[in-house]
Amino acid sequence: MCGIVGLFLKDKALEPRLGALTNQMLTTMCDRGPDSAGFAVYGTPTDGKVKITLQSPNPDADFKDIEASISKAIGGNVSLSVKSTHAVLTVPEQKAHEAVAAIRALRPSVSVMATGASIEIYKEVGLPTDVAKRFDLSGMKGTHAIGHTRMATESAVTTLGSHPFSTGYDQCLVHNGSLSNHNNLRRELRREGMTFETQNDTEVAAAYLTSRMKQGMNLGEALTKSLDDLDGFFTFVVGTKNGFGVLRDPIACKPAVMAETDQYVAFGSEFRALVNLPDIDKAKVWEPEPSTVYFWER
Amino acid sequence: MRKIDLAKTPLRDLNQDLHRQSAGTNEPDWEIVNSMGFHAVAAGVDAPININIRGSVGYYCGGMNKQASITVHGSAGPGVAENMMSGNVRITGDASQYAGATGHGGMLLIEGNAASRCGVSMKGIDIVVKGNIGHLSAFMAQSGHLVVLGDAGDALGDSIYEAKLFVRGKVKSLGADCIEKEMRPEHHDAIKKLLKQAGITDVKSSEFKRYGSARKLYNFNIDNADAY
Repeated sequence: MCGIVGLFLKDKALEPRLGALTNQMLTTMCDRGPDSAGFAVYGTPTDGKVKITLQSPNPDADFKDIEASISKAIGGNVSLSVKSTHAVLTVPEQKAHEAVAAIRALRPSVSVMATGASIEIYKEVGLPTDVAKRFDLSGMKGTHAIGHTRMATESAVTTLGSHPFSTGYDQCLVHNGSLSNHNNLRRELRREGMTFETQNDTEVAAAYLTSRMKQGMNLGEALTKSLDDLDGFFTFVVGTKNGFGVLRDPIACKPAVMAETDQYVAFGSEFRALVNLPDIDKAKVWEPEPSTVYFWER
Repeated sequence: MRKIDLAKTPLRDLNQDLHRQSAGTNEPDWEIVNSMGFHAVAAGVDAPININIRGSVGYYCGGMNKQASITVHGSAGPGVAENMMSGNVRITGDASQYAGATGHGGMLLIEGNAASRCGVSMKGIDIVVKGNIGHLSAFMAQSGHLVVLGDAGDALGDSIYEAKLFVRGKVKSLGADCIEKEMRPEHHDAIKKLLKQAGITDVKSSEFKRYGSARKLYNFNIDNADAY
């Protein structure tokens, strides 16, 4: 089944409440996906800095002294903020690649969840309400957020198999559905140089979009092209640094409802997820059409 | 009139209360507020009562309805009035996928648009949609009427049996074995009756086209064996 929520703010005044609003939306979707949950929050970027979200099954050991080790390895200042099994390492922009390489070399059990100027990703196995609480989603600020509650079908219930998946700088994707040509597509994308962390079908969709955007397409064009190349059932919600997109496959059996006001664009697998948003009674509410790319950018 | 606030009353209590109603009940009028997208609101009612739901609902609202008149003042999620037996269900907003699926009787009126698979496998229900309907609507529809004032999506009436489909706008494509058919006087009469029942007065039966089964899929044809 799975549940998806997404919130893209147009009104700056709501930015301090992004986490609180997303938290309400995400936890309402608990019963659509009780096995794991995750969310991506896009915050305000700091000039010249890149955020690397890390995850570790042994956070106490792995995150101990990681700041100093990475700082030494890349020869630049880094700062660390730990939240449970995750941590955000902020590094100088021009040292981001070196920092990721250093993390992989010095802390092999650490996974890199996301890299970007704005994005932070948190995801774990467990009831979505608990996952959101563990990472203090309701206290987070930002411009847009995407969340997912998972009921696994195509791959194991693990932290890395949870959504969102991030395969490119400031990019993320969540998925409700299942893809049937992901093995073949993964092979093709590997030949193009993409790397994969899991056997998960959704990671392939995320990598596909990243690959097409690397070729010069914008998110809207990449989503349109995916209708030709992805086979299976999907409702996708995707985020980029400044953008927010939605796409449903031509059969469109996975539910989706959207709401838009002057203040925000919101996505929910069900209307229930949207009921606590400000002025929802006055919002334009509609079901996104199949095979139709919806895309907002600021 | 009974007024139930779903922000305070658990949904199960409401539905159990509704299920206790029967013919001759002294509580014929119900108002439900704060429906907040809940699932299965007023599903399984079997009594001649009026139910007004203020707000949008989730899955399966009014499912299996018998006798009751249910109005949703908002939009409905997937499977509204699924397997309805009799009575009326009216949605003032839009309906999500498979509205009125497998319905045996009664009338479903959708004042906005209906999404994909509207009236799938309908078995006698009458469905009137003021807006458009999505793809694969009336798939394997067996009997009853589907009247659409707007447009229909892809593959209308795929593998249809004997349901009667009337569309006023454009049909994006017809499904397997579904063809346009002539409008005879009895079809004009049927549309007029249904529009009247739905309270629609500004639309003429002559504006509709009729679609139905070519009846070529009814029996196995050995010449098509290669296609299976």
